[in-house]
Amino acid sequence: MNVQFRKHPEPASSVDARTAIADCDIHPARATRTELYPYLARRWHAHLETYDKHPYQGMMEGPPYPKAQPNASRRDAYPPEGGPQGSSLSFMQKQHLDPNNVVLGVLNPLNTGQGIRNHDLSAAICSAINDWQIDKWTSQDSRLKGSVVVANEDGLAAAAEIKKRAGDRNFVQVLLLSRNVEPLGQRRYWPIYQAAEEAGLPVGVHAFGFGGNPITASGWPSYYIEEMVGHSQCQQTALASLVLEGVFERHPGLKMIMIEAGFGWAPSLAWRLDKSWQRLKSEVPHVRRPPSETIRDHIFWTTQPMEDPERRDHLLEVIDWVGWDKLLFATDYPHWDYDEPSRVLPAGVSDANREAFYLGNAQKLYGLA
Amino acid sequence: MTSPIPGGVDCDLHPAVPHLTSLLPYLDDYWRDQVTTRGMTDLVSQSYPPNSPITSRPDWRPSRGKPGSSLDDMRAQALDPFGTRYGICNPLYGVQMVFSEDMADAFCRALNDWLAKEWLDRDHRLRGSIVIPVQSIEKSVAEVERCAADPRFVQVLMLVMGDMPLGKRAYWPIYAAAERHGLPIGIHAGSNYHNPPSSVGWGSYHIEDYVAQAQAFQTQLTSLIVEGVFVRHPKLKMVMLESGFTWLPSYLWRLHKFWRGIRMETPWVDRAPLEIVRSNIRFSLQPIDAPPDPTTLNRLFDHMQSDELLLFSTDYPHWQFDGDAALPEGMSPALVRKIMIDNPLATYGRLMQAVFEETTP
Repeated sequence: MNVQFRKHPEPASSVDARTAIADCDIHPARATRTELYPYLARRWHAHLETYDKHPYQGMMEGPPYPKAQPNASRRDAYPPEGGPQGSSLSFMQKQHLDPNNVVLGVLNPLNTGQGIRNHDLSAAICSAINDWQIDKWTSQDSRLKGSVVVANEDGLAAAAEIKKRAGDRNFVQVLLLSRNVEPLGQRRYWPIYQAAEEAGLPVGVHAFGFGGNPITASGWPSYYIEEMVGHSQCQQTALASLVLEGVFERHPGLKMIMIEAGFGWAPSLAWRLDKSWQRLKSEVPHVRRPPSETIRDHIFWTTQPMEDPERRDHLLEVIDWVGWDKLLFATDYPHWDYDEPSRVLPAGVSDANREAFYLGNAQKLYGLA
Repeated sequence: MTSPIPGGVDCDLHPAVPHLTSLLPYLDDYWRDQVTTRGMTDLVSQSYPPNSPITSRPDWRPSRGKPGSSLDDMRAQALDPFGTRYGICNPLYGVQMVFSEDMADAFCRALNDWLAKEWLDRDHRLRGSIVIPVQSIEKSVAEVERCAADPRFVQVLMLVMGDMPLGKRAYWPIYAAAERHGLPIGIHAGSNYHNPPSSVGWGSYHIEDYVAQAQAFQTQLTSLIVEGVFVRHPKLKMVMLESGFTWLPSYLWRLHKFWRGIRMETPWVDRAPLEIVRSNIRFSLQPIDAPPDPTTLNRLFDHMQSDELLLFSTDYPHWQFDGDAALPEGMSPALVRKIMIDNPLATYGRLMQAVFEETTP
């Protein structure tokens, strides 16, 4: 976060300039509106010019909740050659990858083909985004790895795209968003999990997305801050759905990553799920293990935006409950609520935990150790 | 086990309306005729299916009728064993699901009159919550005004999942009326099912709806805080009922971080969310979503950084604990006293007034 106020400065754990880190949430952008066209069949060019994307929300241009800054991105992240923040590899290298010694950067493209009502268009844009990630990013900088972006509402098309990319070392995960037409455990999404497990790819679920549902269980809120804070609630419910539909009983090899939705809520959600499951397990006989065990075995969490307690030892206790082996460091570059690598962990963390947090867990999960 | 102390306040009891026909004596001729002529069925919300395990503790389940429908059972199972001085009745009858504001209004008036006559009149320990027809702000305000004349009504009751986020300005006349009469707003788990019961759509299972209540409370707290309800109504207390509370610390850490980053969007929010929660928001004790070991729970109490947030509740007859273990193991006697007596009395002005009157010669 680029606005910091603290009454009394606290000692932060200093990351040595040479300490290598993984950044598991980087957002690459297109420099121009038509940058994807070379990867799209000609029929879609005309379609997009005429009808645009037709998503599960009303705004033709821009998000329904105006962001706090242009493109939700740092004002200092505009590339000198022009284009929006995050659209230049050379500037990303200069501003972020090199100075922060990012040795593994996972790309999570947003504003893709996901959340589009025309599912053929959705699949075409997603596949184009994947080709574009290889051409513009991963083939140009070996530190960067892509995400297989899939047509989230069309399970079969999504599975086909995952099969197409399976074994391609440019990609380290499948990417979904948290808000969809239905909760993520629902059967329409099962082909995605099947294909991901077969391809040996974890599935990342990034906060955001459009599914047509009000973003609270009481309808639409008024403010951007409600949407931002609310990503954690959407993510909690999506995760509860995955657990309670038995997705991990069906796919014991599947790993999932909760991206940019916080992790401080994980213990209380797991406890609530356990307690409710003890009472109501007769309704969900396919859920055979306590939900907290399933979450512990299958779920990883990216760190940004780190919860920020008044007393930072409280944060360390929560990480003890979540598991030091389950967190993946992320900055969210170039977004405005970027977490600065040198400042996120308070002092007093063991070297082994620090190494796992900044790099080791990500290398292990993504098979890059 | 931590023993309850006598003289406490149970802030969440659920007397059940046996059937819609039980309200007939409290309806006017027109609505009595509507109910019978149209063959209206009972208003039971699927938030609490009557036979679901969470809806009633096995040993509290009556041999016939709905759990919570007998005053004698409530006395024997909740009021007597916990030495309750005051018990606050929060009826969860499904009047909020109704779409017509006229019908909702008629049913709410009947429900509140039924509660006063069949429960509050029959046990001096009981207090009531005013159920309002949220389908109409104007009618809700009128019902608050009407019931507030009876000092045994100590709060206004709303559901956590409704048509709009609860901070929305349209609701503020209800909050103004509540503040004027010294009534906290109780927000209870449950949905009117006018929106999907989660922020990502319709899940398959009852257990999903129940788990999702906690997330609904979180989004409502955000709405109430950032819309500025407590800037306009600094004396208004809101009580989250059957919300769970172990999510509160990490939720506030997140909200606080974003508020610091983008408070320019809601410049009227003049205090940190954390401070607003400490001064204006309270939580009922049950359910406790935590592991049974006292160490973890005491860490969580520490993370809450206040011993004034929790109010004792059994959530009778819902199944949240077994035996007499309403209070978690390892809770300090000082915290027990705060939760059972001091905090509820500080929250419910009308209870404090009653204590004052009872103890003044």
